[in-house]
Amino acid sequence: MNNVFVVADNITSPIGYTAAQNFEQVVKGNSGVKQHDDADRSPSPFYASLFSKDQFIANDNHTKFEQLLIASVADALKSCDVNATDKKTVLIISTTKGNISMLETAGDDPGLADRIALHTSAKIVAENFGFVNQPLIVSHACISGLVALITGLRLLQTGQYENAVVVGADVITRFVLSGFQSFQAISAAPCKPFDATRDGINLGEGAGTVILSSNPKYAGNIKLAGGSISNDANHISGPSKTGEELFYAIDAALKNAGLSPGEIDFISAHGTATAYNDEMEAKAINLAGMQNIPVNSLKGYYGHTLGASGLIEAIIAIHSLKQNTIIPTKGFNALGVTQPINVAALLVQTNLTNCLKTASGFGGCNAAIILTK
Amino acid sequence: MTDNLYITSYATITDNTIYGNGDAVFENRDTDTAEFLLSAYQFLEVKYPKFYKMDGLSKLGLLASEVLLKGHPFAERYKENEMGIVLTNANASLDADIKYFEGAKTVASPALFVYTLPNIVIGEISIKNKFKGENAFFVFEQFDAAFVHQYVAYLLNNNILQACICGWVDLLQENYKAVLFLVEKSENNISVPFTPDNMNNIYQFNKI
Repeated sequence: MNNVFVVADNITSPIGYTAAQNFEQVVKGNSGVKQHDDADRSPSPFYASLFSKDQFIANDNHTKFEQLLIASVADALKSCDVNATDKKTVLIISTTKGNISMLETAGDDPGLADRIALHTSAKIVAENFGFVNQPLIVSHACISGLVALITGLRLLQTGQYENAVVVGADVITRFVLSGFQSFQAISAAPCKPFDATRDGINLGEGAGTVILSSNPKYAGNIKLAGGSISNDANHISGPSKTGEELFYAIDAALKNAGLSPGEIDFISAHGTATAYNDEMEAKAINLAGMQNIPVNSLKGYYGHTLGASGLIEAIIAIHSLKQNTIIPTKGFNALGVTQPINVAALLVQTNLTNCLKTASGFGGCNAAIILTK
Repeated sequence: MTDNLYITSYATITDNTIYGNGDAVFENRDTDTAEFLLSAYQFLEVKYPKFYKMDGLSKLGLLASEVLLKGHPFAERYKENEMGIVLTNANASLDADIKYFEGAKTVASPALFVYTLPNIVIGEISIKNKFKGENAFFVFEQFDAAFVHQYVAYLLNNNILQACICGWVDLLQENYKAVLFLVEKSENNISVPFTPDNMNNIYQFNKI
């Protein structure tokens, strides 16, 4: 099967409009998470990483969600020679809630179901850049971004396409925030992944794009070397009690990449800062025998960006590999999971070759990818 | 290029009728979608109380999977992580989204919110049948047999899965359709080759 390389990337977030800007901000320890008092989204103040109200304003042609997708893809395409209009290039979009805010703003419109549909947004974005193939859309809860990357990997490995533009985005609306609030899942302060005093998530807005190619001319680039997806088959809103199924995904992704657990230099975890998620991940990391490998969570910088999170966090991992820099887990102070894991608390500069990135989500889904230098 | 793969079972729910391998097994005219799904649950004797708390999309997908897997010895034949689910639809979870959104005008319900993701139907089928392997949910304007075929064939041909439920599960208010295929590596007495043409023919009710 073909090798698959990372050609270009972008992060569009409240802390920067390019991947380089974003990496610089997280190296400095800067976060997009702050307190918001916004009656349109919540009756009470909340912590989240949000764009200001004058950024990505919806217009007649493009919603905020579509503008985020377009801004992120445009920047990534600009920095490489992959051609969107090539019949060997496919667009893959990842999101959980897409244009759901239209329920709030256009609820009485009879054409609402068509305009809100994810395939409508996908068509709009594809036409904007002249993609000729039908765009693919992944909507698989919080692992959507990694499922989109894994889908791109497989389509390129088998030669179905040569290039994949993989983009994810989500917007934080009253709909999404009220749902997580109803679960009592939102922290009253900046989130603290893996910490003893962690008490929930912050949500975040953003978009991320990774352009993949099997063209051997990119052989010197970071490689997407493997990926795998599993299901807990346990509970639709609570993670596995044992971590076994995330471990299956980690184990299968490592085998797919031809690596052993000991060859991984750092883990970019999901680390949402809920009690159950972080505990489950610690168990899975132990089942994999990876408890001494540095692990970080980026939720303290971005919040949980839902369908964008897998992409944004994978892109930071790509830049970590390039810069030989492990980003610390913002918000972490003292280990608060029952299994020993090596949470990266301080910025570390060391030689890095291989990274494991994981994610888990509602519906009992888990995903893992391997990035190598 | 590939091993031989077969559709060893298929199930369709549309227009107030349930079909197993092309034969009508249950029909209940003159009811709305919610009543129809409940009557089908009772007729099929699923006896799974979690059904009552599910959203329409999950109910539709679960009932189709019950017909699809009826009498199949999958639990003896395969390990949990050798079985997976790949589903597609047009309206994602919009039906549940609208119900959650309307309810949240007074009080936001976590029991409704959890269904505002289309992959929850995969989670529900996985929980009932202990499927722990690969799973993915994709959105298309129309059923795309070619994409589902190539994605699922990759999973089986690379031994990532040994059996996969795949197909289309879409529900928005009174419009719904489910067409599920069980894909395996060995034939049985009713199997047909796993090809996009056979998938399309089954989806469109053509003779195969």
